[in-house]
Amino acid sequence: MHEYSLVMSLVQRVEEEARARQAVAVHAVKVSVGQLAGVEPELFRTAYETFREGTVCERAALEISTWPASWTCPGCGRTFALGEVLRCGACDRPAKVDARSEALLLDAIDMEVP
Amino acid sequence: MCTTCGCGDPALVPVELHERILAGNDRTAAHNREHFREWGILALNVMGSPGSGKTALLEATARIWSGVRLGAVSADLATDNDARRLERAGIPSRAITTGQACHLDAEMVHRALHGFAWNELDAFFIENVGNLVCPAIYDLGQEANVIALSVTEGEDKPLKYPVMFRKADLVVVTKCDLVPHLDVDLDRIEDALSRVMPEPRAIRVSARTGEGLEAWKAWLEERRASVARARAEEPRGHEHVR
Repeated sequence: MHEYSLVMSLVQRVEEEARARQAVAVHAVKVSVGQLAGVEPELFRTAYETFREGTVCERAALEISTWPASWTCPGCGRTFALGEVLRCGACDRPAKVDARSEALLLDAIDMEVP
Repeated sequence: MCTTCGCGDPALVPVELHERILAGNDRTAAHNREHFREWGILALNVMGSPGSGKTALLEATARIWSGVRLGAVSADLATDNDARRLERAGIPSRAITTGQACHLDAEMVHRALHGFAWNELDAFFIENVGNLVCPAIYDLGQEANVIALSVTEGEDKPLKYPVMFRKADLVVVTKCDLVPHLDVDLDRIEDALSRVMPEPRAIRVSARTGEGLEAWKAWLEERRASVARARAEEPRGHEHVR
């Protein structure tokens, strides 16, 4: 259940950013979660609902973009999905994981500034 | 201020950040890594299920890897049993009792390093909490990830926990002495690994019979040599900023 500690870091980071910009309100917090990030989006959302009370995120919607796991052969560009052998037979090269599949990012914050 | 009509209402501003949610942990991990590299220490994050044989593998390592100064921290939710076992095996160890936390983070490892003569070591094992989910996402500053996977856990374990296994630099298939008593096909474990790791590397061992321990030692020495080479090529002072 590391989703709780991740949400704590997220809310702290949003508070920092809101303070630095003297925001009067935060409307939305946008995050990206890849399938290989090790984070369950629904648990993440539940943790957010719990933790945002009494914080700057209290009325901020959480928008989660999810990305499936994928790999690409650096030789021919063939893509691989979860469950396939991650080696390109034609090029005899190991596939490389696509960055989005392991993303765990705070993308953007919509805030109201004076 | 609202620039559309000049009404004086606050304006809605989208602030683009695109930064890792774990950025704070990443910074502490980078700090730990700098320490390990400065002293030429091979730091390994040893992960695996509860009961996969992590502690037994390290005990066996102490028996076969002589002339190397080993140290360890061992994480457990509620006891220091594993750290005591490692001490008895001759590996100076500290316990990290994590309470309800299901994983180690870089800060816990950093705190454990204080009050530990870790800079006199050649290799440092970070025995993570027994768990195949959470520890994978926290960088601790290690040089490599080692996952202990016992033959009793099922051939498809890597497919069920791809996030963990894809992070492994080496999978040590443990308790191989039990294979004759089980319906397990080790080739199928390795096939499963090839579906989550683009460059799978696995060593079959038994801490009890000693099978495979020479190959494990060879892997350790190879990794240790690469740490030493990197240190020789990049001599630099370290400013302790924390």
